[in-house]
Amino acid sequence: MMLSGWGNYPRVDCAVLRPRDTEQVTDAIGARPTLIARGAGRSYGDAALNRAATVVVTRLNRIASFDPSSGVVTCEAGTTLDELIEVFLPRGWFPWVTPGTRFVTVGGAIASDVHGKNHHLDGTFGRHVISIDLALADGSVVRCSDNENPDLFAATQGGMGLTGVILRATFRLRPVETDLVVQHTTRTQDLSQTLQALEDASEATYSVAWVDCLARGPALGRGVVYRGEHATLGDLPPDRGGRPYGTASIRSRTVPVSPPSFALNRYSMGALNAVYYRRAKTGRALVSYQTFFYPLDALLRWNRIYGRQGFVQHQCVLPLASCAEALRELLTMIAARGTGSFLAVLKLCGEEARGPLSFPFRGYTLALDFQATAGNFSLLTELDDVVAAHGGRLYLAKDARGGAGLLRDGYPRLDEFSRTRDRYDPRRRFRSVQSERLGL
Amino acid sequence: MSADLSPVLIVGATSDIGLALAHEYAKRGAALILAARQPDRLEADLLDLQNRYGVSARSIALDLLDADSRARFLDALPVVPGTVISVAGLLGEQERSESDAALAEAVMTTNYVAPALILSALANRMLGRGSGTIIGVSSVAGDRGRASNYLYGSAKAGFSAFLSGLRARLRARGIHVLTVKPGFVDTRMTSGMKLPAVLTASPTQVAQEIVRAHLGRRSVIYTLGRWRWIMLPIRLLPEPLFMRLKF
Repeated sequence: MMLSGWGNYPRVDCAVLRPRDTEQVTDAIGARPTLIARGAGRSYGDAALNRAATVVVTRLNRIASFDPSSGVVTCEAGTTLDELIEVFLPRGWFPWVTPGTRFVTVGGAIASDVHGKNHHLDGTFGRHVISIDLALADGSVVRCSDNENPDLFAATQGGMGLTGVILRATFRLRPVETDLVVQHTTRTQDLSQTLQALEDASEATYSVAWVDCLARGPALGRGVVYRGEHATLGDLPPDRGGRPYGTASIRSRTVPVSPPSFALNRYSMGALNAVYYRRAKTGRALVSYQTFFYPLDALLRWNRIYGRQGFVQHQCVLPLASCAEALRELLTMIAARGTGSFLAVLKLCGEEARGPLSFPFRGYTLALDFQATAGNFSLLTELDDVVAAHGGRLYLAKDARGGAGLLRDGYPRLDEFSRTRDRYDPRRRFRSVQSERLGL
Repeated sequence: MSADLSPVLIVGATSDIGLALAHEYAKRGAALILAARQPDRLEADLLDLQNRYGVSARSIALDLLDADSRARFLDALPVVPGTVISVAGLLGEQERSESDAALAEAVMTTNYVAPALILSALANRMLGRGSGTIIGVSSVAGDRGRASNYLYGSAKAGFSAFLSGLRARLRARGIHVLTVKPGFVDTRMTSGMKLPAVLTASPTQVAQEIVRAHLGRRSVIYTLGRWRWIMLPIRLLPEPLFMRLKF
């Protein structure tokens, strides 16, 4: 069947399997020449696509155990963060690390080693993982952790599914007192103010900036900076009547059809960005966890707004030393072209994770959406050059078109990753459209 | 969910609809007893249900095709369930069933004989207590025999007739009987078939409709509801005409 990532680009005809237990996963490994695991399909590009066999694990979604004293949970790889929040938030637990959508699976969160608005303090999802059960190329199932098969444990975090099929994981949840977030919002006038505001916010648990990537000249890099903390019992508003987890479910809306592509142009996008910038209410507010962590989840299928040809996301991380200069170059090029995103997201990242292909390192990460058009692809190649020149790297979970060279330069621990795969999958049976494109 | 509906006994619990029903009832706080031929295959699901909803969930062995197993199952039931649901079903291959008597018998036993016997036995126990709900998942295929699947359809027809008779018998005695006639459902039974999306329900959708009909004390429901209007002319068409339709 025709499959694609969240960006709807590229679309590839894949043979799809939907195992419901470990045995069916190992059967699939035995029967198919090559394969890749897929979760909820929320990675943007071609990382979870394989023509010969795409193993969709969303039916492996059982919660095997939970320790209410430590918040350690064991669940199958297809369990989504949304399910975990539904089950455990009313008991006072929240994922330690969550990306901007709660509809990702645990297996996907590990394979992409996702990060959130708290990367500067809490690292990636993988930092909170205790062990992983993995189905290997020879059909065996092994557990890996800091003590058992530590090389496999590291390579699987951010390994894009290329080490095996993640079956189960054990990881820690974070204790929270309420389901609300205390949010602080500030508006900045230019890039240096935005970077300063993010740095000032680095003591906050959560921080993120939205950048108006169509603003030019002196306003280049202006944005809105958000900080957040989990609200405590003392922060509860009086209308809650003391109930810490009383959020009524937020109604989701769905983007019903893809609008024609001409609706996205520099004028409509510029207007949207300007409105978003001016509308942001500055100051302190108590907001729901959905509003703070998952603003786009309220618009189900929001990926449709980029039209039928789909879109690609360009997310890079740039080292601290030259990031201000690099960001200025990137934003100047995007503003000049005028076909940029609705949203550009800028975050400060902390220390690099243990996975050799794990994305974030100390510096700033910028994420941008582009409609999948020829013009934008040539712009993206130019952006890649800037990223490479400054020693940055691209995020594989978002990538649908980057080149092998950028991968090799951006991920200096690639050889370590290859050595681990030589040990566990010498014939490279786990592969994806992306791994073939990048020569991984 | 009121206490007299619990525990919910699900016969055919390893099926997609059976498991979806387990989640819907557990979500409402009901204790679960899941009957399956290989109960150990439900281990991970039982833990999941307990961890997710904080309900008690256990499994019990039942091989529908084996009379001894059915007797042992009935003896081993710890309590009279508040609700019993039969989701048991076996489609079989019609062409093979036409010449393979053992397969034909398995289809008839799984879809009619065994569920009817089990529900009869449990109905008698519920009568002793004076309350309970019996839910039988039949099929639109039981509304009319078709060349392409009449063995399955006839067994489901028998089951539907059994349920309507049981309902007539028990209605004045405090026991509710619900007949469910699903159309196409996206399950293992139908995997590989080309099904029209607008007429195909997910197991979760079917489970939600069943729970709603249960709580609303309905008698017969079609899932999806639009199947009622599709089946109406099919049921009413005169036989000479119906036979000519390549349907």
